[in-house]
Amino acid sequence: MKYDVKLCEILRRAEIAENTFDFTVRAPELAAAAAPGQFAHIYVPGKTLRRPISICDIDKDAGTLRFVFQVRGGGTAELAKFKVGDAFDILAPLGHGFTVEPEKKALFVGGGIGVPPLLGAAKHYGENATVAIGFRSRDFVILEDDFKAAGCEVRVATDDGSYGHHGLVLDLIRDLRPDVIHACGPMVMLRAIAQFAKENNICCEISLEERMACGIGACLGCAVELNGEDGTYMGHVCKDGPVFAAERVVL
Amino acid sequence: MADLHVNVAGVEFHNPLIAASGTFGFGREYAEFYPLSVLGGISSKGITLKARPGNPAPRIAEAPGGMLNAVGLQNPGVDHFITEDLPWLREQGTRIIANIAGNTPEDYCAMAEKLNDTDIDMIELNISCPNVKQGGVQFGTTCAGVSGITKAVRAHCRKPLMVKLSPNVTDISEMALAAESEGADAISMINTLTGMRIDINTKRPIIHNNTGGFSGPALLPIAVRMVWQTYQKVKIPIVGLGGISTWQDAVEMLLAGATALQIGTVLFIDPYAPIKITEGLAAYMDKNGVKSISELTGAMKPW
Repeated sequence: MKYDVKLCEILRRAEIAENTFDFTVRAPELAAAAAPGQFAHIYVPGKTLRRPISICDIDKDAGTLRFVFQVRGGGTAELAKFKVGDAFDILAPLGHGFTVEPEKKALFVGGGIGVPPLLGAAKHYGENATVAIGFRSRDFVILEDDFKAAGCEVRVATDDGSYGHHGLVLDLIRDLRPDVIHACGPMVMLRAIAQFAKENNICCEISLEERMACGIGACLGCAVELNGEDGTYMGHVCKDGPVFAAERVVL
Repeated sequence: MADLHVNVAGVEFHNPLIAASGTFGFGREYAEFYPLSVLGGISSKGITLKARPGNPAPRIAEAPGGMLNAVGLQNPGVDHFITEDLPWLREQGTRIIANIAGNTPEDYCAMAEKLNDTDIDMIELNISCPNVKQGGVQFGTTCAGVSGITKAVRAHCRKPLMVKLSPNVTDISEMALAAESEGADAISMINTLTGMRIDINTKRPIIHNNTGGFSGPALLPIAVRMVWQTYQKVKIPIVGLGGISTWQDAVEMLLAGATALQIGTVLFIDPYAPIKITEGLAAYMDKNGVKSISELTGAMKPW
């Protein structure tokens, strides 16, 4: 099985920051097939389109998937209302995740709600990972303890200086020369990280998002301009991504 | 046991459900869920003479009861379809319809010629894509346009020819008559309704193309009405589509006059919808003593 639709019972639910929810679901088949950085397409009752939600963590032994998402609109607001014991209708695991080479020195860079998809991959690196994550303010800081528990070195920045470094995540990484960078967050942050990686000749993968319909590469809705052999072409976030080698993407 | 076979323009489908163009790619992604033979047929992603990159993102927006799309006919071109996709599709145990779109009558005719020599089952003439300036919709919104393009392609097309109609017209049944009079073997209707959504924060349309084609459950009553109006005017079979999401919707569309059905947007809600709809249709037929599904076509009793 590459991906499938399953009803997945919600085992844990918590609001871990303002409007930010943390769900763990029982999904043995999907967890067995899932890799860090892939995503799930979750059905929202009453809506036509499923919501693509990144997989935050995979526990293959327990047969569970973890999702951390922010309420952005009507769809995610509906998903946030689900309770322990309810079931999400999940199409997963979808797309290509991060390349995981745990023997290398990795840098994970996340901005805001772009942080959750990094956790699963960072756990594989443990002490070999430095994690630089940025948020609007102290109230929005998430998953810091999870990365620390995995053995990663964690650096936090906030826009308003209410927690950690006062400034950008980019400020936190200038001294670092890792073997690989994995990043997810706002486009402006991804551009800066990709530039930093290029200047220092570091392999860099970025995770993107786009409005999508099918989630599996059939409808061609979630277009992203990619560099090809003869100029650029339109790839798709759901199937070719959501994780791309940074140099492949026209940023 | 309910007989779900239908015959559209001489082509036998083992059940009336056809995956609608643009929602199913060339089938490979859905073959992960089930054998594609659960479908009676597949209408390919809209194909053009040369490869097209499609529109910039965003191409998708949600709307109450449905969604808008403006993919812009991204496709690898007809030659690629014939050599790379068709051989695989042909092995899936389902009927294959090539949906073709063009910029000029010559484009359509050239594609029809190329497809004549393949083993596709049918050609669906896309003259109703609302999302590219020159994607055929200029042919699909006037009777003269529909007549002209149907006549031109008919002269080059040895395959059964189905014309897919746009609902963005004053009287779709007149378009159907125009297609029929120039030799179309079947009609498929309806394509998407042109719509628009605006991001109230940025004051920009959500879709980069500004407008997009609206599809989904909310379209059903409009499509049912249009199929019913058209069924009364034409003799050629109608393949009904537009918002079909459940087996009950499918029965409605058949009763309105459809011989076969296409489903699209529901696949995004539930990829397994084809199986559920087919099972529901069979159960409905058994319960109501309907032996052949064709008995339902146009069986509505209007007030």
